[in-house]
Amino acid sequence: MDHLSNLEAESIHIFREVAATFERPVMMYSIGKDSSVLLHLALKAFYPSLPPFPVLHVDTGWKFREMIEFRDKRMAEVGVKLLVHRNEEAIAKGINVFNNGSGVHTDELKTVALRQALDMHKFDCAIGGARRDEERSRAKERIMSFRNQHHRWDPKRQRPELWHLYNTRIAPGESVRAFPISNWTELDIWQYIKRENIPVVPLYFAKQRPTVVRDGQIMMVDDDRMPMLPGEKPEMRMIRFRTLGCYVLTAAVESTAANIDEVVYETLSARTSERAGRMIDYDKPGSMEQKKIEGYF
Amino acid sequence: MQQITLDSQRSLLRFLTCGSVDDGKSTLIGRLLYDAQLIFEDQLRGIHIESQRKLGDVDALDLSLLVDGLQAEREQGITIDVAYRFFSTAKRRFIVADTPGHEQYTRNMATGASSADLAVLLVDARKGLLIQTHRHSCIASLLGIRHVVLAVNKMDLMDYSEDVFRTIEKQYREFAKKLNFTSITAIPMSALLGDNVFKHSTNMPWYQGLTFMSYLEVVDADATYENEPFRMPVQWVNRPHQDFRGFSGTIAGGSINVGDDITILPTGTRAVVMRIVQYHDERTSAARGEAVTIVLDREVDVSRGNVLSSVKFPASTSERVEAHVMWMHEQSVQAGKQLLCKLGTALIPAVITKISSKIDVNTMETMPTDSLTMNEIGVCVVQFESKIGHDTYLANRDMGGFIFIDRISNETVAAGMIIRDAATTQNITWHKMDVDTNARATVKGQKPCVLWLTGLSGSGKSTIANLVERALWAEGKHTYILDGDNVRHGLSSDLGFKAEDRIENIRRVSEVSRLMTDAGLIIIVSLISPFQSERERARRTIKQNEFIEVYIDTPLEECERRDPKGLYKRARAGEIRGMTGLDAPYEAPENPELHVETMEQSPEDSALQIVSWLRTHGYLQA
Ligand SMILES: Nc1nc2c(ncn2[C@@H]2O[C@H](COP(=O)(O)OP(=O)(O)OP(=O)(O)O)[C@@H](O)[C@H]2O)c(=O)[nH]1
Ligand SMILES: [Mg+2]
Repeated sequence: MDHLSNLEAESIHIFREVAATFERPVMMYSIGKDSSVLLHLALKAFYPSLPPFPVLHVDTGWKFREMIEFRDKRMAEVGVKLLVHRNEEAIAKGINVFNNGSGVHTDELKTVALRQALDMHKFDCAIGGARRDEERSRAKERIMSFRNQHHRWDPKRQRPELWHLYNTRIAPGESVRAFPISNWTELDIWQYIKRENIPVVPLYFAKQRPTVVRDGQIMMVDDDRMPMLPGEKPEMRMIRFRTLGCYVLTAAVESTAANIDEVVYETLSARTSERAGRMIDYDKPGSMEQKKIEGYF
Repeated sequence: MQQITLDSQRSLLRFLTCGSVDDGKSTLIGRLLYDAQLIFEDQLRGIHIESQRKLGDVDALDLSLLVDGLQAEREQGITIDVAYRFFSTAKRRFIVADTPGHEQYTRNMATGASSADLAVLLVDARKGLLIQTHRHSCIASLLGIRHVVLAVNKMDLMDYSEDVFRTIEKQYREFAKKLNFTSITAIPMSALLGDNVFKHSTNMPWYQGLTFMSYLEVVDADATYENEPFRMPVQWVNRPHQDFRGFSGTIAGGSINVGDDITILPTGTRAVVMRIVQYHDERTSAARGEAVTIVLDREVDVSRGNVLSSVKFPASTSERVEAHVMWMHEQSVQAGKQLLCKLGTALIPAVITKISSKIDVNTMETMPTDSLTMNEIGVCVVQFESKIGHDTYLANRDMGGFIFIDRISNETVAAGMIIRDAATTQNITWHKMDVDTNARATVKGQKPCVLWLTGLSGSGKSTIANLVERALWAEGKHTYILDGDNVRHGLSSDLGFKAEDRIENIRRVSEVSRLMTDAGLIIIVSLISPFQSERERARRTIKQNEFIEVYIDTPLEECERRDPKGLYKRARAGEIRGMTGLDAPYEAPENPELHVETMEQSPEDSALQIVSWLRTHGYLQA
């Protein structure tokens, strides 16, 4: 078997283990390229059945508009059940990145929101699209990652995970985060998207878009929710995204890669990591780990 | 980043770094990636800043920070859990698991080792081999890793001395003789400074071998899976609607075609493969590693945990196995412990019924024990609650590796590797004894000895043994028969029929015979005992002049014609493997005390020949 087929088989195996051993699993769907691959793998794993779990989007309210359009279209096409959850309380309080900074924004609109959704639906396993090559604390995480009643990750007491034998046993209230694409790299993701013809949000492909530059990072001006600083004026640039999150927290890269082949080629020769465009990693060293301990994905 | 090619055929090497704490494992991986320019610029910037902060030096670069991804690891300067890094060069793809050296986290080293094909074992040149060096080697070997790079590190602190390197290499090769490695490649290095990591060292002109990276790029560590029988543990029953019922799973061994017969274990029900579904593709065949959904030709009872298996070479379904168990929990374990066992896709209650021995990792010797403490590796007998499909770990990792889960805390407390079946009563018939215990007790006046009857199955050993015993009994002698088939019901009921099991069976029979000769009996052993070396060993076990080798010589054709237990027929039909004389060798005795040719005489005459020999050699008088 070739490399991508091996990765695919491993992921499908993990999906099936989850479906067979948990009572109420759910698949996290963040609309990005990894989620697109995850969804495709789920469809493959259970065919001709549909995936035996719903899909959950934790919506911060700050996603790019194109992402939401893409999500709704894609869900209608594949026919899986979509749940959307927002931390309405925090939104009502007006919490957002401009007022409260990226730390509180991520905590409240993502981490807390996710915990709320999992508790509300009593999900015992949340499948996510995190990859070990994204960040060095992710590189430490198990494929079946145990969480206590408070959704906390204890990186010093992870369960040994030998071979393909996953321990999915938990007590009531505890849960597991399952990561079927742990062993994929960014390049694998793009090559697989190409091979399988998987639809992704058009923002991944380069196009002239309105932008401003802040702290050396290129930000796309998606709509008027993003206040302009004094003297700032949107300028058109040929840009694309390597990773998609909240638009106020995700920087674009200048690029001419307008189709899948060009994106694969660009990924091959990239000199910076994809997360260079993610502000949340840069709060302080170890910030991703801290977020994960608290229950972030 | 180095320019890499797109083809997805480049082979993948999975390796791990291991060895004692602080030997430089994480630094080595950091150095390898750094020198090969495989680190993203923003990540490098990040560890530059952290190194400066940590070491207070603007030029500092601590490359271990690249893989030591947890805050606690960076604070303590040690690795706690395994980190996975993915990289590739023009020649190959790599997945490296950087594992912790600290003894407390040995379980995490085992986690990283379980998926690796090669182990990079680091040794600090100043310290030489330490207990963790030995322990990690032992775990790697048991887990099936066959290739080792002995990275003798920190050569910069030992003046790049060739003597130091050679001494450590020599000691390690000596130690590793007791392990199952097929290749050991020693490389002197400095992970800190980069000598022989990616670039050849000018400090060690005496080392002419490959650099670490070049070696990783060329080493052939691919496992081969030729002629492996088909196995697929069922993961999930796929039933979208009434007209479709498939069994989803990952093929754990061999291959399968539409139209093939399969047997469903543990029930043994047969069926034929009708479809192999893989998303929108209808496949005609599929092989090891592929995740598929199989549709069978008939309605059969199949659920998660069952194994679809080759008919000709089905997996074992015994309820009892002997296994290597690596205990990973703080609280030690004794025999009698009830656990949950996950094997393949089955989750099944199990009991450790016996802890036979544990391995001293420094000497690789086994010693008797009745408990295992954290990080100890022992040989245990495991009893499953019910029958379950499995193979030995050596034959198939996915079918022979298991984990133990605590029933209350749900923690993963041990990893196990099946060595063999420990229960089997197949292929055995019970022989009726002609002389009873009371009769034997009334006699005396003899010299104790062991008549060791060896010969093919069906050669007449048991018949002759019974006649000899009856004749001796008639003369008032005190005797006992140890019949190969009968000991299988008791003394050796936990053994199978593989070469290693047969050897163990012979050892036990020899020991028991020795005890019985001490008690003054004439023992008549009837045991195929096909190997000269094993019979020689039995001879050594039993006292001088008390071992009498009797060759019951019947040609194979004749044995097969007689076939009293129908075994040859079943072997010819492929139902039994390892049948002596057919697909397993029989080594005829070279210098037996007695050569009995059954084609020349009746069984009664053969018995008489033996009794006469005993008489003329003085065994029948006190
Ligand atoms: N002089 C010298 N120091 C080294 C060399 N390799 C590693 N070190 C130092 O040895 C110390 C331990 O290095 P690590 O890479 O963290 O060791 P490790 O084997 O990963 O340790 P654990 O993962 O905790 O078992 C650090 O201070 C390194 O800088 C070397 O080749 N020469
Ligand atoms: Mg380390």
